[in-house]
Amino acid sequence: MDVAIEITSAICLLIGSFLCISGGVGILRFPDFYTRMHAVGVTDTLGAGMILIGLMLQSQDILVIAKLVMILLMLLFINPTASHALAKAAIHNGLKPVLGNKERNNTESESSSR
Amino acid sequence: MVIGLYNYWIVVALMMIGFYIVIAHGNLIKKIVGLTIFQTSVFIFYISMAKVDGGTAPILADGIERFSNPLPHVLILTAIVVGIATTALALALTVRIKEAYGSIEEEHIQEKDNQAC
Amino acid sequence: MTFLVGIAIAIVWMKDLIAVVMLAGIYGLLSASFFVAMDAVDVAFTEASVGAGISTLLMLVAITITGRSEQTTRHKPALAFFVVVITGGLLIYGTIDMPYVGAVDAPIQVHVAPRYINDSMQEVGVPNIVTSVLASYRGFDTFGEAVVIFTAGIGVLTLLPMVRSRKSDEAIESLNESMHERHMVVRIVAKILIPFILLFALYVQFHGDYGPGGGFQAGVIFAAAIILYAILFGLPAARRVINQSFIQFVAAFGVLLYGSVGLVSLLNGGNFLDYSVLSADPIAGQHLGILLIELGVGCTVTSVMVIIFFHFAGRKEGKQSMKEEETR
Repeated sequence: MDVAIEITSAICLLIGSFLCISGGVGILRFPDFYTRMHAVGVTDTLGAGMILIGLMLQSQDILVIAKLVMILLMLLFINPTASHALAKAAIHNGLKPVLGNKERNNTESESSSR
Repeated sequence: MVIGLYNYWIVVALMMIGFYIVIAHGNLIKKIVGLTIFQTSVFIFYISMAKVDGGTAPILADGIERFSNPLPHVLILTAIVVGIATTALALALTVRIKEAYGSIEEEHIQEKDNQAC
Repeated sequence: MTFLVGIAIAIVWMKDLIAVVMLAGIYGLLSASFFVAMDAVDVAFTEASVGAGISTLLMLVAITITGRSEQTTRHKPALAFFVVVITGGLLIYGTIDMPYVGAVDAPIQVHVAPRYINDSMQEVGVPNIVTSVLASYRGFDTFGEAVVIFTAGIGVLTLLPMVRSRKSDEAIESLNESMHERHMVVRIVAKILIPFILLFALYVQFHGDYGPGGGFQAGVIFAAAIILYAILFGLPAARRVINQSFIQFVAAFGVLLYGSVGLVSLLNGGNFLDYSVLSADPIAGQHLGILLIELGVGCTVTSVMVIIFFHFAGRKEGKQSMKEEETR
């Protein structure tokens, strides 16, 4: 039983770290502000959540687990709101998102309908 | 020796970077940020000195024998709060300078002063 | 640690001041986590809330007034670099004689500290040694600290007097309505979260005896909740909730509370700020004294932070409304 909990918590911690790292890679590689923010917002929230769940499985003390649950709840509240506020501020100040290439889509649909 | 004194050398590096920002950059806000870096590096110095190998935070609890030294912690608590007070005053002064001179670059302010003389 | 150096170098390079301020906030947060690794939990708490929270906030507000980017002209960087390298070399030479980090037999750990660690429980009775030293053994220093914060508040009050904006109440109401539509998500989430932030601040205030916490951290978190409300709902709405004269009264009241605890100790026959004479049992007296002065410090810190933010923001708003009136 203990071994199962240990393994689950290790898997959660690893997945969480991988998500956070991939969010970081996303910031560096994506072309546009909005795509970058999307990458970070989603992966950071989930990654930090997985790390917290992994930590919860590790500890025995009920008080520590309760505090970690509180932190997880607050994280779920605050992270998406912050991403939303950033995006709202950007749209309001006139930063336009980079849209897909319309001509390429037209030529593709032409070639597939032939 | 490098591993043992690594903390102190990082502190010296941070202090020097903060010092460089204060003397070499003209923008007042950047200088204030450099001053903050300098301050925090001094805090890191004191806290590194207070650490004891194998000790825990200085909160008494059953079964814990070795604690880290609490006295530098007290000093640094006061220092952090005083630091933010001075930073707030410095920022207020910068806002007033901007309103009075129209710019916060050191050269422009000195030019205006020289013209006025 | 190496990250800290990296961030500091990045701050040197960047021209955009908003990026510089954000990096300074990250710097504060990283140093707070470093303090946790060095077992300094009280200090880490204070640095995280003050250095990474309030400091970044105040710098951002100052930047909105003074401008976003830095001009490139730098005078004589070679000379500055030379001076810096010489000083750095001398300092490193000075640290070679120091005992290693964490050594148990370093002089700092042997002479004064064991007396406090061993005797703190019998004399003061609180488990958190840092709070007992801060509030009881070195209570006078903390009094000076509270007065310093109060003086900073007075300084900002004189430097940035509130420019009365002449907008009528209806204009404010209509602005609020249109803003509400635009900022709905953030406002609702903030309305859910602010009570919890205030509750957490109260928890930190009163649990300073048993865990990391105390007056300063609680005051800063309280002020952060009020500032959040002010940012999201507009300065006039926040001013209606927290009256200007009430906040100034609370700031003065905190310092007054601290001083009167000391005076009551004098009147009861002990020294200034000697809490043992405050009640029949010395330990209960110590607890009562620490509680009262932490409360005083918390009041002063909260109100001064709120005053500083309101005056910075009020300045910006005053300038904007004056410009609007000129262009009308």
